[in-house]
Amino acid sequence: MRMALTMVSCSMKKFLSNSYIALLLMMLYAPIIIIAIFSFTESKVLGNWTGFSAELYTSLFSGGVTDRLVDAIQNTFLIALVAATVSTLLGTVAAIGINDLRYRKRRAINFVNNIPILNPDIITGISLFLLFVSIGITQGYTTVILAHIAFCTPYVVLSVMPRLMQMNPNIYEAALDLGATPMQAMRRVIIPEIRPGMISGFILAFTLSIDDFAVTIFTNGTDGLETLSTFIYADARKGGLTPELRALSTIILVVVLLLLLVVNYRAHRQAKRAEEQAKQLKNYSRR
Amino acid sequence: MGKLLKFFSRRRSWSLPYVLFLAVFVVAPLLLIMLYAFQGEDGGFTFSNFDKFVHQREAINTFIYSIGIALITTLICIFLGYPAAYILSKMKASTARVVVMLFILPMWINVLVRTLATVALFDFLTLPLGEGALIFGMVYNFLPFMIYPIYNVLQKMDHSLIEAAEDLGATPRQVFTKVIFPLSMPGIVSGVMMVFMPTISTFAIAELLTMNNIKLFGTTIQENINNGMWHYGAALSFIMLVIIGITTLFSGSSDEDGANDGLL
Amino acid sequence: MTKSNHIIEICNITKSFPDKVVLNDVSLTVKQGEFLTILGPSGCGKTTLLRLIAGFNSASSGKILLDGKDMTTIPPHERPVNTVFQRYALFPNYNVYDNIAFGLKLKKVDKKEIEQRVKRALKMVGMTDYEHRDVQSLSGGQQQRVAIARAIVNRPKVLLLDEPLAALDLKMRKDMQMELKEMHRTLGITFVYVTHDQEEALTLSDTIVVMNEGVIQQVGTPTDIYNEPCNAFVADFIGESNILNATMIRDGVVEFMGKKFECIDAGFGENTPVDVVVRPEDVYIIRNAEAAMFHGTVRSCIFKGVHYEMFVDTPDGYEIQIQDYNCFEPGTEVGMMIKPNDIHVMRKERTENHVVGKLIDATHVEILGESFECEAVEGIENGAEVDVAFGFSDVELTDDPDDGTSWGTIRFILYKGDRYHITLRTEDDDVLYVDTRDVWEDLDEVGIKIRPQALKVTALNTKNA
Repeated sequence: MRMALTMVSCSMKKFLSNSYIALLLMMLYAPIIIIAIFSFTESKVLGNWTGFSAELYTSLFSGGVTDRLVDAIQNTFLIALVAATVSTLLGTVAAIGINDLRYRKRRAINFVNNIPILNPDIITGISLFLLFVSIGITQGYTTVILAHIAFCTPYVVLSVMPRLMQMNPNIYEAALDLGATPMQAMRRVIIPEIRPGMISGFILAFTLSIDDFAVTIFTNGTDGLETLSTFIYADARKGGLTPELRALSTIILVVVLLLLLVVNYRAHRQAKRAEEQAKQLKNYSRR
Repeated sequence: MGKLLKFFSRRRSWSLPYVLFLAVFVVAPLLLIMLYAFQGEDGGFTFSNFDKFVHQREAINTFIYSIGIALITTLICIFLGYPAAYILSKMKASTARVVVMLFILPMWINVLVRTLATVALFDFLTLPLGEGALIFGMVYNFLPFMIYPIYNVLQKMDHSLIEAAEDLGATPRQVFTKVIFPLSMPGIVSGVMMVFMPTISTFAIAELLTMNNIKLFGTTIQENINNGMWHYGAALSFIMLVIIGITTLFSGSSDEDGANDGLL
Repeated sequence: MTKSNHIIEICNITKSFPDKVVLNDVSLTVKQGEFLTILGPSGCGKTTLLRLIAGFNSASSGKILLDGKDMTTIPPHERPVNTVFQRYALFPNYNVYDNIAFGLKLKKVDKKEIEQRVKRALKMVGMTDYEHRDVQSLSGGQQQRVAIARAIVNRPKVLLLDEPLAALDLKMRKDMQMELKEMHRTLGITFVYVTHDQEEALTLSDTIVVMNEGVIQQVGTPTDIYNEPCNAFVADFIGESNILNATMIRDGVVEFMGKKFECIDAGFGENTPVDVVVRPEDVYIIRNAEAAMFHGTVRSCIFKGVHYEMFVDTPDGYEIQIQDYNCFEPGTEVGMMIKPNDIHVMRKERTENHVVGKLIDATHVEILGESFECEAVEGIENGAEVDVAFGFSDVELTDDPDDGTSWGTIRFILYKGDRYHITLRTEDDDVLYVDTRDVWEDLDEVGIKIRPQALKVTALNTKNA
């Protein structure tokens, strides 16, 4: 009897906690779902349903949007690509170096590395703005890309570092010991080991760059280099969101969702494979 | 050339380019904020920028109001986020992974687009824009940043500690208050760091959510910089830097156990 | 110059890190084809010495010759040695075959030959048919076999092994020991083996090098090291032993525990303080107290499989460890005897502490980084460098490091039958020796107090002159 009771309370608890998570997710997704729903209607104002239509999607891809928006989208992806690539290279090399430093120096660098992460975007933006003004660089592509590299690289360092620390420190030495030059050891042994960290660092840097608004607006100069964020900001101040952006946001969301599913599925399969191998091992030893 | 090659064949030398990069793009800009903050229009050393802040009612009021909003946002995030993180940490690892991803997924949509969507949501539900919408928008934006670090700490927690507490006679409630909660403190601290400061300094979002009726401190700073008042803007930024410094000091070395690393 | 049969020559190697000297003027030669083991407690510098030979670290000063060629500045990938690491260090991104073939591929060896050599190496370590396995799916023992195969397939002149068996369980360790010994015989190359396990060292080696605190204590065959330890550290580290303070009365007569014993050692001078070592199995225990050389009461008796291990208290407060095939119940009065050739006399390395300090004023001297009170000193200028000497039992250790005038960490404890002889490293890296009856533990942090009357201050320059 008592057991039955605890079982009931157990499943009750589970139900409650699951509903709680569902509720929170609903709250988080409500605005996004609204965007997705209203991307299928032509209305200029978000929230006004004027009947189903895929017009926003066709218009997005067939030049129905202003050149300014097209430029902004191109700029956003170009800047993100360059910034993420450079950050990944710089951050990986840095992480390898930092990992080999002695404790005190490593701590000092990690401390500085954490500053851009802890700093609110606006501080990072203003500080870089003052830097570019003081050096006297004209603000534009160069400054925005430099700024994006500056706030992305720390995240790359943070995502590569754990892989390096998990790695058996003797692996590099073993490669040297077997006749590899430092470069060969790096390419054949270290890089394959930290590649997952580099990839997640790259993705993180890429999305941070695409999403950034505060740093960009302080470093893009007065000549009107626009990214998606600054375009939307200007748009919103004028009183509304270009309707096609609803379609674009929905596309981005779906692509990211698919990407995450693929990544997750691959991780799942890898875990399964490892499990099978462990099983095999057991069978071997039993024989 | 040979010497240079030899230098970079030592792995620790590889950190050098990044150290230089950090010096130029992180340390120097922060020093510049400090420099500008203590500089008058004539270039001499002065406290006048801070003096101006203290005597300008509007700026001070915005500042205090922002701190209030940030506190409320942070508290709501803890109250909503902690149970969620706790539930997530109890889930099967594979399920938890997916749900955590669902929590982070909205972050991929441009923050301004999301904010405009929130505005649309409030319109849709015929709720007025203003303080309520502002706090909702902030919580909505920053909740994942509270859940993630707490979840990370809870999930890594050594389960034998909980069993040890049970073994020593702790009730489930005592296990939570005496073991789990204190041990998850680093996660809460880094969550607070990732919610509190960004809320104070937000600009644009607040304008959109309140039809330009409520200004947060971030907006004040941005307006001053935009209007060419660099020294005053730098001084306001400096004040924020000091607050960040103080909160970091209070939170100690919480980030060292990696509560916030590997956001992906 | 004639070609010597020394494959490795290590000349006056010193290695220091900013905060610590890890190797202090170490010199050693390794003969072609021998199995040499470097043995010592953790932190003694043995692994650093191995890493210097492999080339992973470079020495602060000194020279290393491999096969007659100076290797001091040669990077690891150009040295004719290969290493087997404690935690295997297999490349997780390659399978077994590619791990073993790694070195050969880099040397651009012909593909066919690589295949032959890898197969042969796998056969040698008993892992045939494992070529295509993922290394992470292997057990610890199997991984270590692959690591050994990966090293020997390159036909190094010297195989370096850094505690290769430390991560394996006891049974696996014993099996691998035999296999390593066999492999050494078949390959005919030099093995340099690092371990902290004295039993392993005694089983495997042709030559053992005992190290402590960055200094080589003794080099010799396993039998030499066991039977003729050169100092108390070696005696204590290798096997079980009773180590006691003693006085060499004259050649052939040594006095300890207040009694004179006949021994076979000579050449120590007369009335010289020495240490004696008596192995527990060399103390004969008899029920008849009359015929005994000394007697005592059995305190404990534990069965150890083949023999019984007993601790016997003597009336003058000494504790003697004895191994015997017969059991004597605790509380039994027993007599004991030691044969002259079972008493091993060792020169004392030191009889008192010496540190360099600075005279502050007539009654204060600065040593160990702090000011200590001392008896009034005359005839030495304030500020002059002085030598300060004090006895082992003049130092008092306190639980709380802040209670003492200075503080330090306990590095090594030697039981001497009636007292502990403690090696202490102070915060400034000075080494002190302390005799005490209190029980401390390794790595305890303790406060240091010294009785003012005990400090003997002498000017340094007069000593030099």
